[in-house]
Amino acid sequence: MLDAKIPEGPLDHVWTDYKGHCKLVNPANKRKMEIIIIGTGLAGASAAASLGELGYKVKAFCYQDSPRRAHSIAAQGGINAAKNYQNDGDSVFRLFYDTIKGGDYRAREGNVHRLAEVSVNIIDQCVAQGVPFAREYGGLLSNRSFGGTQVQRTFYAAGQTGQQLLIGAYQALERQIALGNVKMYNRHEMLELVTIDGKAKGIIARNLVSGELERHSGYAVLLCSGGYGNVFYLSTNAMGSNVTAAWKTHKKGAYFANPCYTQIHPTCIPVSGEHQSKLTLMSESLRNDGRIWVPKKQNDTRKASEIPEEERDYYLERRYPAFGNLVPRDVASRAAKERCDAGYGVGTSKQAVYLDYGNAIERYGQIEAGKKGIANASAEDIIAMGREVVKEKYGNLFDMYEKITGENPYEVPMRIYPAVHYTMGGIWVDYELQTTVPGLYSLGEANFSDHGANRLGASALMQGLADGYFVIPYTIGNFLADEIRNPPTSVDHPAFIAAQKDVEERINRLINIKGKTSVESFHKRLGKIMWDKCGMARNAQGLQEAISEIRKLKEEFWSDVRIPGEVKEMNFELDKAGRVADFIELGELMCIDALQREESCGGHFREEHQTEEGEALRDDENFMYVAAWEYKADHDWQLHKEELKYEIVKPTARSYK
Amino acid sequence: MTWKQMFTSSIGQKLTMALTGLFLITFLIVHVGLNACIWANDGGQMFNTGANFMSSMLVIRIMEIGLFAGIIIHVIQGLLLFFENKSKRKIGYAIEYGERGSKWYSRSMGLLGTLLLLFLIMHIYHFWVPSRLGGMWNIKPLEEVDYTNGLGKQYHNLYAEMINVFQNPIVVILYVLGCISLAYHLMHGFESAFRTIGVHNNRYLKMLRYVGRGYSIIISIAFAMMPISIYLGWIR
Amino acid sequence: MEHYNMNLTLKIWRQKDAKAKGGFETYQVKNISSEMSFLEMIDVLNEDLITEGKDPIAFDHDCREGICGSCSMYINGKPHGPWKATTVCQLHMRAFKDGETVVVEPWRANAFPVIKDLCVDRSAFDRIVQAGGYISVNTGNAVDGNAIPVDKDKADKSFAAAACIACGACVAACKNSSAMLFVSAKVSHLALLPQGEPERKTRAINMVAQMDKEGFGSCTNIGACEATCPKEIRLTNIARLNAEYLSAALTIDKEN
Repeated sequence: MLDAKIPEGPLDHVWTDYKGHCKLVNPANKRKMEIIIIGTGLAGASAAASLGELGYKVKAFCYQDSPRRAHSIAAQGGINAAKNYQNDGDSVFRLFYDTIKGGDYRAREGNVHRLAEVSVNIIDQCVAQGVPFAREYGGLLSNRSFGGTQVQRTFYAAGQTGQQLLIGAYQALERQIALGNVKMYNRHEMLELVTIDGKAKGIIARNLVSGELERHSGYAVLLCSGGYGNVFYLSTNAMGSNVTAAWKTHKKGAYFANPCYTQIHPTCIPVSGEHQSKLTLMSESLRNDGRIWVPKKQNDTRKASEIPEEERDYYLERRYPAFGNLVPRDVASRAAKERCDAGYGVGTSKQAVYLDYGNAIERYGQIEAGKKGIANASAEDIIAMGREVVKEKYGNLFDMYEKITGENPYEVPMRIYPAVHYTMGGIWVDYELQTTVPGLYSLGEANFSDHGANRLGASALMQGLADGYFVIPYTIGNFLADEIRNPPTSVDHPAFIAAQKDVEERINRLINIKGKTSVESFHKRLGKIMWDKCGMARNAQGLQEAISEIRKLKEEFWSDVRIPGEVKEMNFELDKAGRVADFIELGELMCIDALQREESCGGHFREEHQTEEGEALRDDENFMYVAAWEYKADHDWQLHKEELKYEIVKPTARSYK
Repeated sequence: MTWKQMFTSSIGQKLTMALTGLFLITFLIVHVGLNACIWANDGGQMFNTGANFMSSMLVIRIMEIGLFAGIIIHVIQGLLLFFENKSKRKIGYAIEYGERGSKWYSRSMGLLGTLLLLFLIMHIYHFWVPSRLGGMWNIKPLEEVDYTNGLGKQYHNLYAEMINVFQNPIVVILYVLGCISLAYHLMHGFESAFRTIGVHNNRYLKMLRYVGRGYSIIISIAFAMMPISIYLGWIR
Repeated sequence: MEHYNMNLTLKIWRQKDAKAKGGFETYQVKNISSEMSFLEMIDVLNEDLITEGKDPIAFDHDCREGICGSCSMYINGKPHGPWKATTVCQLHMRAFKDGETVVVEPWRANAFPVIKDLCVDRSAFDRIVQAGGYISVNTGNAVDGNAIPVDKDKADKSFAAAACIACGACVAACKNSSAMLFVSAKVSHLALLPQGEPERKTRAINMVAQMDKEGFGSCTNIGACEATCPKEIRLTNIARLNAEYLSAALTIDKEN
């Protein structure tokens, strides 16, 4: 049994007590201690900035050409915080409760409570940094509601909240760079973790411009490298988002937890053809005003406008009257898939449902007419006024939809379909965010800790920043305080030399395969296996097939991949090949994990385990644990379980009816 | 921050352009106002009185030095910026960026300015040199264009000089072309100067845009009409 | 909208590395769907090149949803191509007709040296931010988020400026290779908020000094940047930066 090392005591005091008692490092010693941070998204940038402010010597790495381009930037909707500015009954406890419930009772109470506690500090910190959140006319912060909750606790900056938060963290990071506390390595990729006597002591990184390998040593390594949704090839992740850094640490001893928990986001723009390289999300906030429907008739080929109201099936409102279109993501996604699989899908591919703003436009138009005192406004005027309001609220999203699809969403309903969006699984960490490798920490989406089997909207940004700004600065000191007696590790240590040699050999092996098939086509094939068999719905047979298909794919990859160009140059194909090789190995583990979890919970839906109405059926008796996998050898993992104890929240069947 | 740092920075250099530009814009108002006196059609009485008044005032003479300094600074700073900005893209594009978002005259301030400089040299040679330096390189014998005021004091007869110069159709055409350059130079320069000194309130910017366009067109047409009126004999 | 397929002739700048000379190569692509994004069309070309054993075209891209600011192609004389308020990754092939020739170049400016093919080095932007594009507040010092009310109009303008994605298209479009739109967006974002007030003067002065040092040109207010900006950052921000800079430069009470 794995121990999360959650301190004893009443849950609402645990974090305060921890902060009061954890060990500290004095400023003179901080100056001598180097910390390596992989990734500069919300978690990495906020951690790098905060640790730099504390006086540690930080080295931060990102594969992009600037830390500001990390994929946190693409988050649209918002960030949750238990501020209760709206006086609608929110509290730290409610945010904690909603997150545990939303996570389908597969998250750790201690971590989630801490997350809810620090959520309020995040908003304050971001406002102080100059993040331009949306405001009311009185000058105070504005909130909106989001899926899976009944209070308005989401702070936002139009549809670009992730961008604004990341720029806030990026600016704090750049400030520390200017002050000399942080050294930034752009266009660098971590390719190996160096461990000495079981402790993380540094990394091997490749300079993606020159192709040279570099050794970097440090007292601790922070893995803030994001999620692994790109294992599905098509996802809303950035093209470069990858699991490589995390996977290297996994192979060096860090357990990988709950890899099968993937979040499929319900409101994405559907795939338009074979050429598709990535999927684009439409913010969940669209569900606040939009209504989701399909025709009541199967294989209905009429245009949306030709289908009369009574022949439309608003299936979310029908199935879940209490939450309606605002049910959590996993529920909304599965419901869409269910309708499409049953033959009610729309559009040419039939793999889409309508997200309709017709009603909202009319409703807003009428409100506007009322405000302006126009008693007998014509239908056209009402629609025109309503469109203006909708444009004000969601204009950028509607524009994006039109650019991608060529259709005007003010006139015709948008077509949406679920797509891979976030991975709740990740590197296993304890309460201090330390992995099973001492000195190696994991923050943000890269770890598994806070969202259980399903993440609520607007919680990813919250977790990334909580980990980076408010958790790691305390917990890392608790570890480093005992390390000050050890001298810094030289990069000429045999462990570094050996690690570099391993990386070199692997790269050389890859480039010398000189096969016939491009990296991209392997990635596409992996994605198809994963989506078909380890996607929104899974079953034992499919998963077993997937495992053997992935093993075959791996063999084929390592004997037939073609990577043009040289090692010692900028070579995007080589970068991608290394990442796809790791995705293939991860894909296998995901299927193994999905296979062992004989229940349906959150983003993991096993077709064998559902109610008669098609709702997910959890098995708390046998599966209330975190599945943490230890890498043993190729195709060989050992399962370790961390028991989940619910002291405050009593797990019940999750109902949004 | 030292003064040198300020005035050698990119914005500081633009400030120099804007301030000298606005000074020249103000000067043009005085200039066009005075010259418009030729349309009194009184044989140059009103115009010459004004011109003599200007040239006899000490303050104006001092301002004149400022005017020349302003022109010279505007020209030198402008050319420096032009070449410096050009050097910021050593390897150019195969396909030029083109029109989108900007007007041709906004992109051609260096060219328009150079044309204006050439025009200005001719203009100074025609009028300022004979009136201030007493016909050092005058094109006509001095006695033919001299003018005596009511008190019997002799002045350079600038009006006669004008009538004289604008009998030549080529000169008239060159002056009209100069005025067209001026119009376009001002069309951008007027608004741009205010932006450079930091006017960013949208209401004021909108107003300045219209005022700027009006100013550029009216001033330039007024100036251009002078040689035309004389050449066509509308005034004598 | 009608879907269609097209064949195109592409002329693309190829350059092996920063030191190499570089030049245009001509490629043909066939059966490109009007529903593809521009980058997906380049993906198709790259797949072909790999199959032929040639080096694929290197280009920066990441999020492919118009927000990370990585993509940077100068297409037929326009940074990010012909559409308004669009990044290359959001540009779709229905912008082109069958049989067209498309010329693709990297951003051109001394301050953005080419690293390979269509990739340029934009780290100058990071260094400009390092010079002062932040509010100096350490983690943990903040007062309650609602303790400082912000005028909604200013908050909105600040947000509009903060929407900048630092792609560098403004520099690429500007005949002077000026970075004023980028710098002014950052200065405006922070100057419009009360939180940005304490460092207002030094921020404007230091960021402009760094911008000059990086080798960007000066602004002549022509407006090409505004018309090109995928996030529609307004030219007014530049005027605001001028005001910020000049008032700081005229009133700051220290020599260095």
